[in-house]
Amino acid sequence: MAKESSLKNMVSTLTIVCLISSALMGGAYILTKKPIEAANIAKINSSIARVVPTFDNDPSSDVFTKELNGKSYKVYPAKSGGKIVGYAIESPTANGFGGRIVLMVGFSSDGTIFNTSVLSHSETPGLGDKMVEGKSNFSVQFKGKNPADFKLSVRKDGGDVDAITASTITSRAFCEAVETAWKVYQLCAEAQTNNENSNE
Amino acid sequence: MQKLRLIMRIAMNKLNLITKGIIKENPTFVLVLGMCPTLGTTTSAFNGFGMGLATTFVLTLSNVLISLVAKQVPDKVRIPVYIVLIAAVVTVLQLLMQAYTPGLYETLGIFIPLIVVNCIVLGRAEAYASKNSVIDSTMDGIGIGLGFTLSLTVVGAIRELLGSASVFGIKLFDADGMLVFILAPGAFIVLGYLMVLFNKFKSRIS
Amino acid sequence: MEYILIIISAVFVNNILLAQFLGTCPFLGVSNKVSTSAGMSGAVVFVITLATLFTYLLQYYVLVPLGIEFMQTVAFILVIAALVQMVEIILKKISPSLYQALGIFLPLITTNCAVLGVAILVVSKEFSFGGDPHMLNMAQSVVYAAASALGFGVAMVLFAGIREQLDLSNVPEAFKGTPIALITAGILALSFMGFAGLV
Repeated sequence: MAKESSLKNMVSTLTIVCLISSALMGGAYILTKKPIEAANIAKINSSIARVVPTFDNDPSSDVFTKELNGKSYKVYPAKSGGKIVGYAIESPTANGFGGRIVLMVGFSSDGTIFNTSVLSHSETPGLGDKMVEGKSNFSVQFKGKNPADFKLSVRKDGGDVDAITASTITSRAFCEAVETAWKVYQLCAEAQTNNENSNE
Repeated sequence: MQKLRLIMRIAMNKLNLITKGIIKENPTFVLVLGMCPTLGTTTSAFNGFGMGLATTFVLTLSNVLISLVAKQVPDKVRIPVYIVLIAAVVTVLQLLMQAYTPGLYETLGIFIPLIVVNCIVLGRAEAYASKNSVIDSTMDGIGIGLGFTLSLTVVGAIRELLGSASVFGIKLFDADGMLVFILAPGAFIVLGYLMVLFNKFKSRIS
Repeated sequence: MEYILIIISAVFVNNILLAQFLGTCPFLGVSNKVSTSAGMSGAVVFVITLATLFTYLLQYYVLVPLGIEFMQTVAFILVIAALVQMVEIILKKISPSLYQALGIFLPLITTNCAVLGVAILVVSKEFSFGGDPHMLNMAQSVVYAAASALGFGVAMVLFAGIREQLDLSNVPEAFKGTPIALITAGILALSFMGFAGLV
């Protein structure tokens, strides 16, 4: 019922099918390129919006990197009326129970943690993934705290953070990421003060 | 009058193509196909539902394409041709999901490109779409896809209920749930028991 | 050395079948006898390792430089299909008996989610075997692929052994066949969870 399987038929059919398929895929690729980029930016922007005070700039386009201990970190400044109201810092850590965790930590201009958001993780559902906002009160305890007097390690290690039950490793990794973000923030705040001083 | 009856009969037959996928030829519980995504994406009702819809999209579209070209394809190259077409449809799906449903795309992860090797898709193409009309193949794709979506949603809902005391994200009671059901073993166990229930149900109504 | 960690992780901690669900169809379909399971696993190890080698090269030397990563699905599945075809032809020539024994399972390896799954995994996410997360280089990818396939084999052979025993026991009618297989697989998966945190 199908065409005869001669070499010419087989090659021509395969070629035509490949052409049709490539056209389909290429077309879809071109059509979706812009929406995909927009979706990626929207994702970053929404996580930034969760962790810093209200802003009116576009932190994604104002992003810059800061170096700390040989690694570079993405910093998104949030501004309102031209003045910086906070910094959102992407802070990865490799020490999660299931591997890499990436946090977005937001600091207000008074040096306190405004909020945290989990960008990606591979922690165990129901255990480590309780660090995700909304799943437990774990991340709430960081809000408004100033790391200068709120020790960013779990109580077991002498710090002020209440760990997630049965997920000490995840909790430790979370604290580590917040601590790193704070160090980066301090560099930014310092640079900002220097800038303002030199502008006067 | 006769013509009306004829039209009604044809409509019922076409409708049958869709409904058979739900019970008689349910891909998950009867045909036992597509087990990988069934186990891997049903950590919640929503995820199962999303995966089902994505697979239905591919199933229907690939059925259409293959039934369109079946007669022109020499027998020896039909499997590679089907695979290329299915892969193209899956790629289109991937791009569309990345653009318009990025959250679901990330959650379903590797299982989206794996739709290409979902035995249901290639199996249906080979067993049905290559031998039937475009309309029938479309209905068949929708029908089997519907059955698959239903199965995945049910498995997902049960796992989510037992594992996190919620369904579709709505917390039903204030308890923590039995974690094991969201993890790997739970998938196997829930599916096994569901299959028993389904078989009992099926034998009772036929 | 990292390679040992890769192997332990892929075979026990993140077993491709019992933890990642890839390769379930043949797992449920073929595993009623230990001998067929072992034979199929061997073929799968061979195909997965070679396939990952080729798809890795394809990804980093063709797809990425040309900026056509979206063609990954098509390109990878074609490579796998071609590879399986080649394996069939070669096997027919060198060992017709093995070819006969494997029968229909050989072409079915093309649709084994584990093959495409592992190929995509090694080029898509970062791995951390006790160190910093990083993308795998070619040697690590191939070792990971072979080890994953080995894990598949281990799970399949274990399972086949259990199933051979189950066949001789008193299983309730409604549970016979796939349901009891699934529940058994679940218990097996539960036991493998004990390896979590090892690496």
